[in-house]
Amino acid sequence: MATNVTQTSTSSPRGRGQEQMMLFLLLAPALLVVVGLLLVPLLWLAWQSVWDNGFTFENYRRLYTEPLYGRSFLLTFRLSVEVTVTTLLLGYPVAYAATVLPRWLSLGVLALVVVPFWTSVLVRSYGWLVLLQRTGVVNKLLMGMGLIDTPLSLANNEIGVLIGMIHILLPFMVLPLYAAMQKIPRDLLLAGASLGGRPATVFARVFLPLSMPGVAAGTVLVFVLCLGFYITPELLGGGRTLMVSMLISRNIELYNQWGAASAISVVLLVAVMLILAVGRLAVPLKSVAGAK
Amino acid sequence: MTRLNPFHLLLGAAVLLILLFLILPLLVIVPMSFSSTRFLTFPPPSLSLRWYESYLESAAWMQSTKVSLTVAVSSALCATVLGTAAAYALSHMTGRLGRMAEALLLLPLVTPIVIVAVGVFFVYARLGLLATWLGLVLANIMLGIPFVLTAVSAGFRQFDHAQEMVARSLGMNRLRAFFIVTLPQIRPSVVTGALFAFISALDETVVALFVSGGSNQPLTKRMFTALRDEIDPTIASISSLLTVASMMLLLTVWLSARKAGGKP
Repeated sequence: MATNVTQTSTSSPRGRGQEQMMLFLLLAPALLVVVGLLLVPLLWLAWQSVWDNGFTFENYRRLYTEPLYGRSFLLTFRLSVEVTVTTLLLGYPVAYAATVLPRWLSLGVLALVVVPFWTSVLVRSYGWLVLLQRTGVVNKLLMGMGLIDTPLSLANNEIGVLIGMIHILLPFMVLPLYAAMQKIPRDLLLAGASLGGRPATVFARVFLPLSMPGVAAGTVLVFVLCLGFYITPELLGGGRTLMVSMLISRNIELYNQWGAASAISVVLLVAVMLILAVGRLAVPLKSVAGAK
Repeated sequence: MTRLNPFHLLLGAAVLLILLFLILPLLVIVPMSFSSTRFLTFPPPSLSLRWYESYLESAAWMQSTKVSLTVAVSSALCATVLGTAAAYALSHMTGRLGRMAEALLLLPLVTPIVIVAVGVFFVYARLGLLATWLGLVLANIMLGIPFVLTAVSAGFRQFDHAQEMVARSLGMNRLRAFFIVTLPQIRPSVVTGALFAFISALDETVVALFVSGGSNQPLTKRMFTALRDEIDPTIASISSLLTVASMMLLLTVWLSARKAGGKP
């Protein structure tokens, strides 16, 4: 019925033309901001990466001839895999609990996921610095329990970066998982049980496969966000854990190497877009924003 | 549904530990902010308000706070207007053009933030917007649009456009029909989008690192520099205040969604 009304009002060609014009005018300001501040600079970066007083692939050639760049890409990729797998393993039981618990408990679980999610990344990185440093809470606790004799170095290295990234990205895994699990009809689980399936069988044969869209969404989202991580590795990595995004900023801030920075940016952006494009078969782009 | 068994207890314990991991950094920040020493000692040897005083008495921190708040409010307001207008247009468009426009408007969300920052830096260097207040606002509008767009689009999916047509057929013009009939019904999602844009602008750090400077440095840039160079406990008091602020905003979002009868 709704479509009928809409159609009658815009059936005349002139009415439809006006309608199109108005819709475009409403879109224009937002498009102008995003095109001007994001799309144009991205195209410029792509141009800059192949143009240096002439057409050249020198910037890209350097990416694989200079070992520093290769190491940084490898490190970023490895950390992203580690973080994605860990957040999936930690996030799945939390999302599952939020789905099966009684409502008030499940609200509590979700609140504990959402509150850190919306707390400043700087604040959380600071918290981890306090926790993980040599004389920090974690080391004191472990030494107090007699588990270790000398403090472990947990911050200013890769372990610190890993812990910080897992902490920041875990909610990005839990929320899509929870959204997918919520859609699983309870009747199916009851049906599975009534057909004689033990709880473990029902979980493995009914619940787990039906939760896969959430697994795909969370995995794609977390992996893509890992690839572009910046603040946490800067603060918890002690300057030694050089991820790709830091490589870009160093090339500009320290060395004023726009060509190199552009080439790295283009490779990173293409990687992100490719993963998103593949993931889009399972995950609509909007769920990325919907998770926040 | 099922009886409690050892497996459930194990699962419950694991979930509790994971949740503890999630709030652990927030739990140490507040006690740290009341510490009397300048070292990162936890628990603090004795309590004092000196780091709150040091924050409130520092002209530099106060200036940054002012910049952060005014930038976040202005950019959230603009992003809400632009994002809502765009969501309205997109809710009427079904073709390929609409999908392309939507993908473009969501682009800021999926572009690695360092690349966004480098791009914005380049544009601002040409336009003379580096180290300006306006530059920060513009960048945060761009980053806030996807949040508003997603929230408000979700609101439009629940709304039947026929109602607006009816109002117009009864003699209202389009603008009046929107404000009197449509907006009140999608208001909760507009509020949600606005608050998300506000929080995202308040927390934005990387673009600010590249393009802000002088007296127009937001809180996050100063905090980042202070954390990287030498840890100043004043950050603990600022962090505590920021955490309380974001919790209150989240509560507002939740109440606004509840009032609308939607899911929490």
